Amino acid sequence: MGKSFPYIIGIALLAVPFVAPAYPLHLIIMILIWSLVYTAWSLMGRFGLVSLGHGAFMSIGAYVTALLWNYGGISPWIGIPAAMITAAMMALLVAYPCFQFKIVGHYFALVTLALSEVVKLVIIACRDSTGGSLGFTPERHGDGTSIFAFQFADKEEFYFVVLIAWGIGLLIWRAVDRSMIRFALDSISEDEDASAAAGVHVTASKLKITMLSAVLTALGGALYCQYQMFIGPEVIGGIGISLQIVFAVVVGGLYTMLGPTIGAIITLLMVEIFRNLITSLRNDGIDLAGLDTTVYGLMLILFIIFLPKGVLGEAIDRLAGGKRRSQG
Amino acid sequence: MFGMYTMYWLAGVYDVHILLAAIAAIGLVSIMGLLVHILIISPILGSPPINQLLATGGLLFFLQSVATLMWSIEFRNLGLKLPILEYNEMYFSYARLLAFGVALVGMAAVYLFLTRTYIGAAIRAISQDREIMVLMGVDERKVYWVTAAIGGGLAGLAACLLVLQYDVHPFVGISFGPITFIICVLGGLGNMLGGFLAAFILSIIISIGGLYSETEWGYVLAFVFFIVVMFIRPQGLLGKK
Repeated sequence: MGKSFPYIIGIALLAVPFVAPAYPLHLIIMILIWSLVYTAWSLMGRFGLVSLGHGAFMSIGAYVTALLWNYGGISPWIGIPAAMITAAMMALLVAYPCFQFKIVGHYFALVTLALSEVVKLVIIACRDSTGGSLGFTPERHGDGTSIFAFQFADKEEFYFVVLIAWGIGLLIWRAVDRSMIRFALDSISEDEDASAAAGVHVTASKLKITMLSAVLTALGGALYCQYQMFIGPEVIGGIGISLQIVFAVVVGGLYTMLGPTIGAIITLLMVEIFRNLITSLRNDGIDLAGLDTTVYGLMLILFIIFLPKGVLGEAIDRLAGGKRRSQG
Repeated sequence: MFGMYTMYWLAGVYDVHILLAAIAAIGLVSIMGLLVHILIISPILGSPPINQLLATGGLLFFLQSVATLMWSIEFRNLGLKLPILEYNEMYFSYARLLAFGVALVGMAAVYLFLTRTYIGAAIRAISQDREIMVLMGVDERKVYWVTAAIGGGLAGLAACLLVLQYDVHPFVGISFGPITFIICVLGGLGNMLGGFLAAFILSIIISIGGLYSETEWGYVLAFVFFIVVMFIRPQGLLGKK
């Protein structure tokens, strides 16, 4: 059972677009896109590098791709890598001095928070070309699916695109988990000076993981843009999104490969369920706008106090504990 | 936000005298500060600092949404018009002058409290080393409670001043959030003079930036300034290493 389990899940995932109706399929695609972003964040988050600037990388991914397409006619096949490189450069620009001057913990979180505000405000301020707060829509390349424009008419086709991207994200997570850099970063998160003394190149290791994380986040942003065909500075960036990323990962579990995905499933499903509930209540004349975020906020506080490892982390601990008990 | 709503309901809707309403708002928010500390902060004092940051972030979401549930997202204001002073062709809004004056007095009071009283000294000491203080015979809990209540009270005071100038809505708090954090850190955490200086510099950057082009560029400049200062002086403008 244990060995064949991943294959069963894999086949189920491949079968999804053929059985799922449009609305659940849309939800699954959104979950996969956000899972990619959350996984990218947890790449660095699990080593104590808490970034509140991933909204910035996501906006860069989406806006660079969309702007290049609308104004330069450059295909997203070039635009998305360009956006990923831009995000990496941005990460380098901000993270290198941070790590060089030993800005860690709260201070690192605040610097990255400022970064996500800077990017959001620049997008709003350049309203002549980016559409400002009103958002931005990539131009349609004719009707239907266009490989050149990376636009897909059917959700089924896009599903496979995001499934691949999500799979790549997980593979990268696993590769990092099994590499030497993981041990280096683990020791850095315990004690920077001691690991530097032990021969770990602190700045380089942290930079690598940060840039990798930024690149994947930008990819997530670009996919979001190509799927929704609408982006806005607050929709995929700014402090709101940066916090959403951190929260979802904390809910799901920071230290496990599928934790961020579980977090995406829980948070997105919750948002959708409450949205539907509120809409149906409104039809009955009861206005409960705000109920969703009330429960969301309350849940986050409870999670951080009682389940700091997240749902999946806790579940794995329980299972492992149970096994040990049954053996011993 | 809750302080501002208290002011709005008491002074604006139920016609309580504005000073009484202000005292009620300050009291209420300081009680909330205390409750937040007891219910949320103390259980996770031992966990990584980032969890504390996130828990308070979750609280922000929660309170905003509760306010949305109870009072909807309408913008409300006191409907109070304070006169505008004119001096040499410069115009000062009375509300802003009042805010400036009260904030200065409040700051001086907190400074004196922290430096001249026993409990003030204990607060400063506990921020330096949490474990040793307990061994020195200081009741850690009492110090935290006093700090949380005072922090809440000051936020309440700020709310009373803000409500004179701004509309109240559930998301009014988050519009000040990031810039408040950044000012504290820019000045050097725990350094009041630094905070004052940082607030001054950032406001001037934002105003000047806004004067020459759109307001957003002012904020962009301010945030970039913050990032650059963090690189050069991570301990803040006036903070000590």
